[in-house]
Amino acid sequence: MDIFKEQEYNKRFDISLWKKLLQFCKPYKSRLVILGFFMIGLAGVDVIFPLMSKYAVDNFVIPGKTDGIVLFGLIYFLLIAVQAANIFFFIDIAGKIEMYLTYDIRKKGFQHLQELSFNYYDKTPVGWLMARMTSDSQRLGSFISWGIVDLVWGFSLMILISITMLILNWKLALVTLTVVPVLVVLSLYFQKKILKAYRKVRKTNSKITGSFNEGIAGAKTTKTLVREAENLREFQVNTSEMYRSSVKAAIFSSLYLPVVLTLGSIGTGLALWFGGEGVMMQAISYGTLVAFISYTVQFFEPLRELARVFAELQNSQASAERIFSMIDEKPQITDNSEVTQKYGDILRSKEENWPKINGNISFEEVTFGYKDGEKVLKNFNLDIKAGETIALVGETGSGKSTIVNLACRFYEPTKGKIKIDGEDYRSRSMLWLHSNLGYVLQTPHLFSGSIKENIAYGRLDATDKEIIVAAKLVNAHEFITKMEKGYDSEVGEGGAKLSTGQKQLISFARAILADPRIFILDEATSSVDTETEQLIQEAIHTVLENRTSFIIAHRLSTIRSADRILVIQKGKITEQGDHHELLKQKGYYYRLYTNQFMEEQEEMLLNA
Amino acid sequence: MKKIKLILNFMKGSRSLYVFSIAAIGFATFIRFIWPMILRVTVDSIIGDNPLQVQGWFAPAFESIFLFLGGKSILAQSLWMCSLILILLTLSRGIFLFFKGKWSAVASESIVQNIRDRLYDHLQYLPFEYHVKAKTGDLIQRCTSDLETIRRFLAIQLVEVGRALFMLVFALSFMLPMNVKMTLISLSLVPLIFAFAVLFFIKVKIAFKESDESEGRLSTVLQENLTGVRVVRAFARQKFEIDKFDGKNIEYRDKTYHLIRLLAWYWSVSDFFSLMQIGAVVILGTYWAAKGIISLGTLMAFSSYVGMLLWPIRQMGRVLTDMGKAQVSVERIQEILDEPIEDLDEGSSLNKINGEIEFNNVSFQYEEGKPILKNVSFKAEKGQTIAILGPTGSGKTTLINLLPRLYDYQGGSITIDGKDIKSICKKSLRRNIGIVLQEPFLFSRTIKENIGLAKKKANDDDVFQAAQIASIHDVIIDFEQGYKTAVGERGVTLSGGQKQRVAIARTIINGNPILIFDDSLSAVDTETDAAIRKKLKMRREKVTTFIISHRLSTLAEADQILVLENGELVQKGTHLQLIEQEGLYKRIWAIQTSLEEELALEQEDIETGIDNNEKKKIV
Repeated sequence: MDIFKEQEYNKRFDISLWKKLLQFCKPYKSRLVILGFFMIGLAGVDVIFPLMSKYAVDNFVIPGKTDGIVLFGLIYFLLIAVQAANIFFFIDIAGKIEMYLTYDIRKKGFQHLQELSFNYYDKTPVGWLMARMTSDSQRLGSFISWGIVDLVWGFSLMILISITMLILNWKLALVTLTVVPVLVVLSLYFQKKILKAYRKVRKTNSKITGSFNEGIAGAKTTKTLVREAENLREFQVNTSEMYRSSVKAAIFSSLYLPVVLTLGSIGTGLALWFGGEGVMMQAISYGTLVAFISYTVQFFEPLRELARVFAELQNSQASAERIFSMIDEKPQITDNSEVTQKYGDILRSKEENWPKINGNISFEEVTFGYKDGEKVLKNFNLDIKAGETIALVGETGSGKSTIVNLACRFYEPTKGKIKIDGEDYRSRSMLWLHSNLGYVLQTPHLFSGSIKENIAYGRLDATDKEIIVAAKLVNAHEFITKMEKGYDSEVGEGGAKLSTGQKQLISFARAILADPRIFILDEATSSVDTETEQLIQEAIHTVLENRTSFIIAHRLSTIRSADRILVIQKGKITEQGDHHELLKQKGYYYRLYTNQFMEEQEEMLLNA
Repeated sequence: MKKIKLILNFMKGSRSLYVFSIAAIGFATFIRFIWPMILRVTVDSIIGDNPLQVQGWFAPAFESIFLFLGGKSILAQSLWMCSLILILLTLSRGIFLFFKGKWSAVASESIVQNIRDRLYDHLQYLPFEYHVKAKTGDLIQRCTSDLETIRRFLAIQLVEVGRALFMLVFALSFMLPMNVKMTLISLSLVPLIFAFAVLFFIKVKIAFKESDESEGRLSTVLQENLTGVRVVRAFARQKFEIDKFDGKNIEYRDKTYHLIRLLAWYWSVSDFFSLMQIGAVVILGTYWAAKGIISLGTLMAFSSYVGMLLWPIRQMGRVLTDMGKAQVSVERIQEILDEPIEDLDEGSSLNKINGEIEFNNVSFQYEEGKPILKNVSFKAEKGQTIAILGPTGSGKTTLINLLPRLYDYQGGSITIDGKDIKSICKKSLRRNIGIVLQEPFLFSRTIKENIGLAKKKANDDDVFQAAQIASIHDVIIDFEQGYKTAVGERGVTLSGGQKQRVAIARTIINGNPILIFDDSLSAVDTETDAAIRKKLKMRREKVTTFIISHRLSTLAEADQILVLENGELVQKGTHLQLIEQEGLYKRIWAIQTSLEEELALEQEDIETGIDNNEKKKIV
């Protein structure tokens, strides 16, 4: 089962990638600089406290004097106040940078996703995109802001401590600092190991979530196959793996602390030994000894943080890589610059320049394939007059959807032309075409929000009255008003609170409100109750009137009422004509009709 | 109290490890407290000239070690011994810390593994009805994030509480004997810091929740946009969507920034108090040390102790508020485990089934007063095909679900080969009855694995043969990776008809003497449907087969047709018998005639005089 395998990134530091990231940081340059200063300030005060102790020991405790201790206390208090302020500001600023950076990355990503073509969506699972937009961008934002916090603080604290120690007593400083290189190497080694171990844990964890998902969703099937015991055995393989990898990760991190603590205590021990001898020989003051002991203990914390940041670097780089692979993806279908200049783009459309659409569509020698080398359509020709209703029938994969996709310019022909009102549609803007399009999908898609908002998706400036008129036209008004909050009722995530039939009717209302010249209907195959079915049929007839329409049709009543029926087989039109003409041909359509007739009638009888 | 009991119950088997783990942290903390004492003695009585003065119960031990090592005169000449003691103490503290980490990980992970396995197993054995009604999303959340909350509680929080308690106890027992006044000074702000931490984390809960919720809204908008990309494009609503997303994006940014700002306040105020606490010790200690009331070493020891105490005290605020979450999670998981499961092994097991089935006045209801089946009686001979017809909600699916005891009937009796099925254990019953559900579920693994799922040691031939009978073999070998093609979430998406056929192959692979098809050929076209049924018939063994269908061609070929309406068996008989009776079956038969009439009308324009009766024979 290597279905769950994820991509591994194990590359070295990639400078070009971080340069790109720098672009995102630009607006926050001054904030980042200020943040850096706060971190240096924080480290500075951290270094002063042991010096205060040294002063207290050498000037009050050892001589036994208390003159000036009040002033000393005041200064101490002042330092505390400064440090507390430092802490507030660094968290506040870093938090702000984190959230704003993440916001920017998401915003940019989302905008780009709105421009990417369907071919990208075809090959990229929604879950993958979601992960880039949520966890990866979050990780990047927090790595940049909190990474800088730890980096600047850690480095400046270590440098300041070293300098202070060297100034206080360079010999003693050199002796105690001998352990540092070993500490650095070990910290880097352990932090990398720890991170890797936890990554493994997370991976196994998502496997377990997958198993739970299957175990629950497939429980009924499991029962019929009497596979409970085997399932548990397979599940236990995963949980045992989880146990092993979690314990391993925990052991690594529990090993790190003792190793580093012991090494650090060697530094302290050295300070005590040589410092103590110095004190006895009166070469070193008591205060210096006290300060040295504090510093050797203090050294460890920034080191750990720095090691952690470096270990995380690789992970964050992988996040950045994935996000940029999305943002740098070029949309397959775009308007050329001439078109954009004249008609605008998705953010600034120049509607005043848009020509009126009539609805004549013609395919001229169109060749198309989704993948290189594949040819779903080959030299395909089709002429549709404005206002004509075309029903497309044929098996799955015959090319029906492709014809519709091309007509909508969700894809473009690899060869040949598609003209709308006599003009190659590539010479007009995509937005213009789509604004004149009405589209009802086989599985209706609604957005969270009220029914009213969902219908108004068809025309954003529609008044309440117009919304109600649209709903009435497609027979949706009645069930809507029966709901507790009427048009203000929430539809739930993806419309989950409504039945399939109700969602269907709302998507019709939405389409009719847009008042499109061209209408696409991918008819639903799943059956709804007879009453709703009747309502939907009526809605379809209302919607189609006076519009150029394509229907990927499944229901006989829809097919029969079309002006022209096209039987599509292997990318070619094999039969063409109205219902009566096609029946007479006794070909594919005749067989389809007889089969379908039985199915539908039986269904009606049984669902009554 | 009950909740604590629940948690303790889960911990069974790992409790002693926990005790060890907490003992280890106790030792580690103890050593940590000795450390400043060594420093103190070294500074005061070895480097300095004060006589050895150690107070508290550990004083005699200290003194004898001091003397054993040679007293001041020797130790002052070899300070490295003091350093070595410090290092050795740290090393042993490290060892205890390591074992604390290891043991608490082993304990908590094995507890969690145990709960995980139990949950999974329990869910598998919950009755059919539970899964019909279950809310999958909620269940998965309980199995994953609630469990994670418990894991965090067990792995981190529980031990942390232990550490904090040890800290307090040791702090008092080390500090008090040294100097009461200094002890009071050292602890003066601790209650304030603790109370502030607890209050803050209770208060900030709302801000955490708001941030989480706005993140949820953000991802909903994102998800809906991505899954509805066709709608967005078709209505040219990119700009609208960008604005909508931006709104949620801003909301999440601001809510979370607000939370971070609150945390910034917390840490700065809390650090302010903590530094004040340290400052008080340093300044007052310095004053007293200058006056000769305490020694320099004592001052150093107190400064270390204060520093040690503050961190765990501040952590406590968070830990205590998080513990509430663990309680809720334990309850939510216990709720699942409290659901009664079915016993698959109760009853006698079947050896060889012949396949004679008899329903005798069978009645069934899910809820009191709402009968689904009423007094259904019929008999199926070995090897017969029984077709079941009826409107939606007439009880067809319920009827066949009674046979493998997915539900147990309340009235009458069902017998297989004369034996009441309630006396037969479910496991052996279900192993002998192959049932293909209306909406079959395929597991996310390869097609081959899916088909071989129910058969122990299924070899390639078994799988291919089953696939051939289910008329799916040719489809599969057309896939790029053939039988190794993965299905489900990360693999190819099969069409409804293909799924049904894989499910059929999976069910028939065992050659069960009884087969049930619950409308499981509905998404398969009529010709393939007929082909599958024909191939099934050709197998050597006689199989008693139940088929729910409304396809006339399927129904007409059955040995017996049962017509259900409102839970009652209103008609039964063969095709020829039923077309003579008024009823549902005859009405369906009539559709056929009306179609032929319509087609005839279409043809009349061009070809007149064709014999309509001849066409009627095409079924």
